[in-house]
Amino acid sequence: MSQNASSVVVENLTKRFGSFTAVDRISFAARRGEIFGFLGPNGAGKSTTIRILCGLLRPTSGQARVAGIDVAASPDAVRQQIGYMSQKFSLYNDLRVVENLRFFAGLYSVPARDLPDRLAWALRMAGLEGREQFPTRALAVGWKQRLALGCAVLHRPPIVFLDEPTSGVDPVSRRQFWDLIHHMVDEGITVFVTTHYMDEAEYCNRLVLIDRGRIVAMGTPTELKNRYMKGQLLLVECEPLGPGLEALRGTPGVVDAAVFGSSLHAVVADAQSALPKVRECLEAKRLRVGRLEQIPPSLEDVFVSLTTSRESKLEKTV
Amino acid sequence: MSGRRILAMTRKEVIQIRRDPLSLMVIIALPLIQLLIFGYAVNLDIKHIPLCVYDRDATQTSQDLLKRFQATDYFRVVHLADSYRDVVRQIDYGVCTVAVVVPPQFSERLRSNGQASVQALLDASDANTANIGMAYALSIVQAYSERVQIDWRERHGLAAVAAAVTFQPRTWFNEDLVSMAAIVPGVVAIVMAVVGAFLTSLTIAREWERGTMEQLISTPVGKLEIQIGKLAPYFVIGMMDTAVCAGVAVWWFGVPFRGSWTVLFGCSMLFLVVVMSLGYLISVTSTSQLGASQLAMLATFLPTFLLSGFLFPIEQMPVPVQWVTRVLPARYFVFILRNVFLKGTSVRSMAGQLAALAIIAVVLITLATRAFHKKLE
Amino acid sequence: MNSSPAIIVSALSKRFGEVRAVDQLSFDVHPGEIFGLVGPDGAGKTTALRMLAGVLDADSGSASVAGFDVVRDPEGAKHHLSYMSQRFGLYEDLTVDENIRFCADLFGVTRKKREPRSAELLAAAGLSDFRTRLAGNLSGGMKQKLGLVCALIHTPKVILLDEPTNGVDPVSRRDFWRILYSLLAGGVAILNSTSYLDEAERCHRVGLLYQGRLLFCDEPGALKKKFPGEILAVHAPEPARVRDLLAKADAVRSALVVGDRVHLFVDAAARRLPELRARLEAAGVAYSSMQSVAPSIEDLFVSALEGERS
Repeated sequence: MSQNASSVVVENLTKRFGSFTAVDRISFAARRGEIFGFLGPNGAGKSTTIRILCGLLRPTSGQARVAGIDVAASPDAVRQQIGYMSQKFSLYNDLRVVENLRFFAGLYSVPARDLPDRLAWALRMAGLEGREQFPTRALAVGWKQRLALGCAVLHRPPIVFLDEPTSGVDPVSRRQFWDLIHHMVDEGITVFVTTHYMDEAEYCNRLVLIDRGRIVAMGTPTELKNRYMKGQLLLVECEPLGPGLEALRGTPGVVDAAVFGSSLHAVVADAQSALPKVRECLEAKRLRVGRLEQIPPSLEDVFVSLTTSRESKLEKTV
Repeated sequence: MSGRRILAMTRKEVIQIRRDPLSLMVIIALPLIQLLIFGYAVNLDIKHIPLCVYDRDATQTSQDLLKRFQATDYFRVVHLADSYRDVVRQIDYGVCTVAVVVPPQFSERLRSNGQASVQALLDASDANTANIGMAYALSIVQAYSERVQIDWRERHGLAAVAAAVTFQPRTWFNEDLVSMAAIVPGVVAIVMAVVGAFLTSLTIAREWERGTMEQLISTPVGKLEIQIGKLAPYFVIGMMDTAVCAGVAVWWFGVPFRGSWTVLFGCSMLFLVVVMSLGYLISVTSTSQLGASQLAMLATFLPTFLLSGFLFPIEQMPVPVQWVTRVLPARYFVFILRNVFLKGTSVRSMAGQLAALAIIAVVLITLATRAFHKKLE
Repeated sequence: MNSSPAIIVSALSKRFGEVRAVDQLSFDVHPGEIFGLVGPDGAGKTTALRMLAGVLDADSGSASVAGFDVVRDPEGAKHHLSYMSQRFGLYEDLTVDENIRFCADLFGVTRKKREPRSAELLAAAGLSDFRTRLAGNLSGGMKQKLGLVCALIHTPKVILLDEPTNGVDPVSRRDFWRILYSLLAGGVAILNSTSYLDEAERCHRVGLLYQGRLLFCDEPGALKKKFPGEILAVHAPEPARVRDLLAKADAVRSALVVGDRVHLFVDAAARRLPELRARLEAAGVAYSSMQSVAPSIEDLFVSALEGERS
C-alpha cells in the first residue's frame, strides 16, 4: 500500500442516474487508521458513494482514489485492497458459519497456509468460537452482522467499507459492533462507515454529513457541534410535552423547537436572552417547567440546523 | 358492500393501467399482433413446394409432363438436376422437398406399350408437406395420364371411356378462404383467452410484491369489493379488444359474419368472465408477478392452441384427451364463434356450450373468491 | 388517563414453525398516549402490530382495538384504526392526491370532509406543494409523511406504526413527531415500534420486546427509577481504553462506550467513584470528568437484554 497519509481521497465526485444526481461533486479525504463516518438519511447518496469507492459503480465525473488506486481506472485492483460489507450483509443463509467464511476466503484468494489462522481470528473477533457449525440462518441479526464483518476482512485489507452495518440491529448489538470496529482500527485498519443513526456518528473520528447528494458539513464530531450549529441550543423540560412544543414554537426568539428524547430542544439566536423569555412563555400557559438550560448541540441538532434554511429567521431575531 | 369502495378500487386500477406502458402494450398491441400473425401464419394451404426436376428422357413428351408441374402454383421448380447424386444432394441440403425423375425411354415406352412410370422422391422429414406434395404430384400425373389416354383413343378412333376410378380433388385446392374463415375465429378465441387471463393474473400478485397489499388489507375494504373493483376495468378492456378482434376478422381477413353482433358480444362477455376469473385465481395463488404471468400463459395459450379444436379437430384426438378438452372453456367458445361467424344459427343450437361455460365460470369464481384471504401467511 | 384502554392485549401468541414470534404478550395503550415498542430485529414487533391490525391471525390470546376484538373479528376494528406497515404501503404510481383520495374512499370519508382535512394534514406535513407528484418520486421522509397523512385522513382512534421513521432524515422525522403529538389532545392512541432510542424516550410508555416477550413496560421515568443501580459517565479522549480498563473492576457490572463517553453500571455511584478514579489514574489513562448521571433508555435496555442473555 502507498505511503499516503490519506487512504481514501475523493475529489468532485459526481454520479448521475439518468436525470437524477445521486452524488453531487463531493470531496473529502479519509486518513489511515481512522474511523471515517458518512452520516445522512436514506437516499442521501451514502450507499452510492461507497459503491463507487469499492469499484462497483462507475463515477459520472470526478476522481476517487482508494489506497492510491484510481477506482474508475482499476476497479479490480481496488477490490484486493478493500473489504466491503454491504447493507444486507450478503451472507448465505443456507451455509454454516464456517462455510460462509471459507467461501469468502476463497473469493478473496486468502492463501491456503494462512487460512486456518484467519478463520480462527475471524471467529474469535466475531465471538462465534464454538459456533462454526451453526447454520447462518439460525443466527440472530447481531451475530450475522459480526459474521459478515468477519467475512469482509479475512484477507486483512487495509481499508474496510461498511454500508449501514447496524441497520435494524438492537442497541446492545450495535454498541458491541462498534467495539469491534474500534479493535480493527487499533490494528491499523481504516474504517469507512455509513449510517443514518446520528448517535453512532459520535464513535467516528471524523464525519461527513451528507444530504441529497451534497456534503453539508465535515469534521470531527466536536468540530461539527461547535462550528456548524446555527444558533444555540436550549434544553427544556416541561409537562405536558405536546403543548409545551407548541408554546415554544410560538415564543419570539425561538427559531425551531422539537421533541428530543423526553424533553424539548429549542434553537435560539442567543441563549442568555432567550432563557427568561422561554420560561415566561411556558409558565403563562400553565405548563410545569423543569430543567431549562443551554446545552451543547447533538449531531442531530447540527444536521437539522444545516438542512433547514432558517438563517433568515435567525437574523431577524437578533 | 360499498359502492364507494368498489369505485375507489376501480379508479385506482385504471390510473395504474394508464400509467404502466407494459399494460397498455398488452392491451392494445398484443391482441392485434397475435391476430395478424396467427391469421397469416397458420395457413393450411401449402403452395410453392420447392421442386427439383431430373429429366432423363429429354423428349417433347417428358417436357409436356414437366411443364404441368411448372405451370401449377403448388410447385416451384428450383433446380434442374443432371444426375441422381445431384438430386439427392438437393434434397439433403433442403433445397427441394420433392423431386420428380422422368426415366430414360419414357416417351418410347408410352408410345409402344402405353405404359410408363415416373418417379417422385420426397423429403419426408416434414411429413405433412411431403404428404401434400405427393398428393399434388400424383394428381398432376394422373391428369396427364388421362390426357394421354384420351389422346390415344382419339388417335385410334375409339370413343372416350369413362375412367374406372375418378380422381377427387382434395378440398384445399380451392377453398383457401374457407380455411382462413375457420381459423380466424379460433384465433380470436386464443387472443381473448390469453389477454384476458394475462391481464388479470398480475393484478393481485403485483400488490403483494410491491407491499401495498399488506396496507390494503388493514382497511375495511372487503375481498369481494377488491375482486369486483379490480376486475371491472379489465372486463371493459377485454370487451373492447373483442370488438377490435371481431372487426379485424371481418373487415381485414374477410371472414364472413352471418350471426348477430348481440349474440357475439353476449357470448364473449361470458367467456371473458371465465378467463378473467382464471387469471384472478392464478394471481391469488401466485407469490410473484413473474410466476403468475407464466402460469397464465401456460394455462391459456397452449391448451387453447392445441386442444380447443381451432386447428386440430377434437374428434381426431385420442379419447382420454377428448375428455380433457371438456374442461377447456376455449373448446366451447371456438364452437360458439364458428357458429356465430360462419353459420349464423340461433342461440339454442349453442345452449350446451353456453351452459358449459357458465358452469366453468361459477366454479372458477368460487375458487378465486375462496382462495383470496385478507391475511398474511 | 382515566378512560378505558384503546388497545388491550392479553396473552397474545403467534408461532412460525418452531419459532415463538410473539409469546404471551400482554399490555395496554390508553387514548391520548404514545406507546413505544422497542426491540431488536426478530423480536416480534412487526408480528404483534400485524395481529393488532388484523392482517395476521393470532394463535391464541386476545386483543381488542377501539373496543373491537381483533382476534375474532378484525373487520369491525378496521374502521377505527390505521396501520402503517414497515414497508411503504402506498401506490408509487399514484400521485399524492390520488393516494389520499383512495384511502379516504376506502374508509368512507366523503369529499366534503376529505378536502379540508387533507389540506390541513398536507400543510402540517410540508407536502402541500407536492400534491400532483407521483408518490414514487418523493424522498423517503416525504413518503413516510404521506403515509401518515393517509393514515389520518379518516380520523382514526388508534394508530399502529411499524418503524415509521426508519432511515428518514431528521427534519422529516421531527415533522412526523410533531403531527403525532398534535393528535394526542384528540384522544388518539398511538402504538409505535421503533429502533431509535431517542424516540423511545419521548413515548409516554415504553415496552422492550425480546424474543416475543415484554421485558419491561412502563414510563421511561419510572423505569429509570427502578434501574437496579446507577450510572457513572466518564468523558475521555479515548473512551475505549477507559472501558477496557474499568470493565474488569469488580465494582463495575458492565461498561459501555456511548459516543464520546463511557457509561459504567455500578451499584452505588458515590461510593464507587473514588476507587474507579484511582484506577484510571494508576493506569495513566486520561479522562476529563466522571460523574453520576441518570440512566438513559439505552442503559435500561443493555441491562435488561444482558440479563436475558446470561
